[in-house]
Amino acid sequence: MYLFDKTRLDLAREFKANPYGPHSPDLQYLLHLMRRPSPDRPFHCLVVDEDDERWTLAVMEPGGRRPPTLTNHVFTDLAEAEWYVFKLRWRELAGEDLPID
Amino acid sequence: MTVLMGYCDRWSARPGDTVRFMVSCKGAARYDARIVRLKQPSAGPRATPFAPEPVAAPCNGSYSARWQPIPIGSFVAVPTHPRISALASFTVSVRVWPTTPGRGRQALLGTWREDEATGWALVLDESGGPALRIGAGPEAVAEVATGVPLRARRWYRLSAGFDAATGRLFVRQEPLEAGGFDLDRPAERSITTSVRPGGGPAPLLMAAAQAGPTDGPAAWGGIRTTWHFNGRLDRPCLAAAALDPAAVVAIGADTWPAGLAELVVGAWDYSIGIATETVHDRGPHRLHGTTVNLPTRAVPGADWDGSVVDWTRDPSHYGAIHFHDDDLVDACWDTDFTFTVPAELRSGVYAAHLSAGGVEFWIPFFVCPPRGVGRSPVAFLASTATYTAYLNNRGRFASLATELYQGRLLTLDRTDMLLLEHPEMGLSTYDRHSDGSGVAYSSRHRPVINFRPTGRHWNFNLDLFIVDWLEHLGGDYDVITEEQLHEEGLDLLAPYRVVITGSHPEYDSREMLDALEAYLRRGGRLMYMGGNGFYWRIAHHPTRPGVIEVRRAEGGVRAWDAEPGESYHSFTGEYGGLWRRNGRAPQRLAGVGFISQGFDACSYYRRTAAAADARVAWMFEGITAEILGDFGILQGGAAGLEIDAVDPKLGTPPHALVVARSENHSNTYELVAEEVLIPHGSTDATINRDIRADMTFFETPGGGAVWSTGSIAYAGSLSWNGFDNDICRLTTNVLRRFRDPTPFLWPPH
Repeated sequence: MYLFDKTRLDLAREFKANPYGPHSPDLQYLLHLMRRPSPDRPFHCLVVDEDDERWTLAVMEPGGRRPPTLTNHVFTDLAEAEWYVFKLRWRELAGEDLPID
Repeated sequence: MTVLMGYCDRWSARPGDTVRFMVSCKGAARYDARIVRLKQPSAGPRATPFAPEPVAAPCNGSYSARWQPIPIGSFVAVPTHPRISALASFTVSVRVWPTTPGRGRQALLGTWREDEATGWALVLDESGGPALRIGAGPEAVAEVATGVPLRARRWYRLSAGFDAATGRLFVRQEPLEAGGFDLDRPAERSITTSVRPGGGPAPLLMAAAQAGPTDGPAAWGGIRTTWHFNGRLDRPCLAAAALDPAAVVAIGADTWPAGLAELVVGAWDYSIGIATETVHDRGPHRLHGTTVNLPTRAVPGADWDGSVVDWTRDPSHYGAIHFHDDDLVDACWDTDFTFTVPAELRSGVYAAHLSAGGVEFWIPFFVCPPRGVGRSPVAFLASTATYTAYLNNRGRFASLATELYQGRLLTLDRTDMLLLEHPEMGLSTYDRHSDGSGVAYSSRHRPVINFRPTGRHWNFNLDLFIVDWLEHLGGDYDVITEEQLHEEGLDLLAPYRVVITGSHPEYDSREMLDALEAYLRRGGRLMYMGGNGFYWRIAHHPTRPGVIEVRRAEGGVRAWDAEPGESYHSFTGEYGGLWRRNGRAPQRLAGVGFISQGFDACSYYRRTAAAADARVAWMFEGITAEILGDFGILQGGAAGLEIDAVDPKLGTPPHALVVARSENHSNTYELVAEEVLIPHGSTDATINRDIRADMTFFETPGGGAVWSTGSIAYAGSLSWNGFDNDICRLTTNVLRRFRDPTPFLWPPH
């Protein structure tokens, strides 16, 4: 069984360098863990503006029957948004911040 | 905040046809409407600038805004009848398979009118158990309930009634499951009341109750409805007396003994007319009803024992209708404006653009040439069946599962939010109903959020990249639609030398495939410009254009799977599921078929040795590179999203040439389910070489030919670098050769 290992900072660096695949098998395992659906746990998504130039991080309730709640985090680059959410999920799994900006 | 949405009554319009537009708007006093021609998608700074072309039309202008609700939820309506209105004593019985017992009050059968608290209704109460309510006004309501909740997805016989002579009000439940180990036991309860059912004549509704009259949109009879039921009903019966349990069983049979027959008011048999919207009454008064908002028919009933899986062979096993509180076949809005297609208007992709209070809404439609006329040798075949299947795809927003299989964060825009704020816009065939059952029907007669030139690139707006390319080449093309292909068959295609598909023509009826095959056999040329095409079998509603059915039977990449015994379409009786499982795999028509999907990054093709074959020398004129399409607006490559491969076992013609093959796809690209019979783990593209897009060419009898890209993302590379790229060159070479009437050699060698 794959278990989260907070010492595998190499996986975080790999994701930051290339948020979209192909990924190494270990990073893919980690992403599967981070993206595991849950019927009761809210999840992050992005709301894009009219000009397709800015993405606001939002939180969605499972079920797809209510609009997401917007946060104050706005991105102008999708890769930056992916990295930000990755760090949030790392912190949730590790119980501490990812020591990489 | 302004909310604006709308739809039109037809997607395919020919000169002289009138398109009706229905609009709903709140938060603004007026909205603007203008007709435009769409020549490209809205796709950002790397794409052709989005520039809808204004069309001079009498309907362009400002309109007074009004809000039109959407009457969602299915039911059966039996019109008002003296036999029903005159009832004093009565018994109602029905077999029921609830799917959400306990989720609020749900009406099963009755004349109850909630705004006046009159009539009667057998319901599932808030506890999930059956109850009979009668009323003669808000101060005169009586209700009896068993107090025993039904369990979801179990069959029960419910009966309830009223004895006017004694004032006895009763309700019973009896579990009908055979062969299980349920603990359910029969239950019964009665009370005595002085209340008598009152109110004026009212229709008999099944699976909903009347909320009162409405001046606005109504799905049936000018009424609003409430207490919608989720689940199945089977054999509802109504008798003009208070019956004992034995008589209740007897009245549910096919024939009635003397003494009971004359008491029958109605005995509705859902197994009759399954392909229709009629509900047949076998009783003496023929109180036939109608289904409203298309509840699902051709589903197993209480008598189904698994010995029959095809409802056409023995409909008696299929005596149930599955109702959902989120069924919707038509929003039934009033018309706001119309557009009559002028004779001189060129064929193309058009839309009504609505705007109000800083928001906009698009209502696309297709202007097609007159029937039987080709104004160009080239036709773009708009994938209207696939568009319909995906309309209001809510499942995309439902969970992290979307990010898991797409490999990137879920993104939505303001128009997508409309669907979340207004669930009454209904569902797609990629969704499940609120009770968890799969959505088998989809209709375009409602406002939709994902049929527009803006937003996430998928289906319609992705196909506009192909339109963009055709416009770049001078705009010599007609637009025809799959809806027309189903209705008109080969006659629709016959005027054309070349037919170009959309990026994802995934859904086809038998009639559509027949027409395409016949077209190719008489020398037609097909440019299959996408991926995962010709995959699912669908059925079209026999009388409602723009309404399709999908039964997601065995195999396939699917958001839900058909429940046991539900693999045959209700509209036609045809077996559903993959065309591959119906003996017509996509490889037979297009040379390639669905092999994998992934949504995080797209890749490129590498030219193969077969590209040097003299048969395709024309295809690569002006192209020297080995790598093709390592660029594109859709995630950076021409090969990706959903991709297809050749497979001789599934029908790829032996003389087909794979002229280019994609490689280096990411981990999110996994083998389709139908290719993984025994799970083995080596199913993603980083370790499985079967996963690739095969650009394929082959000749057909009669001088025709097929060229397939096998990739949805392909279209997003056409306009790269201002159309100065090898993908555009290659595709244009194909179109040029396909337009050339010189027959392809047959046999090819």
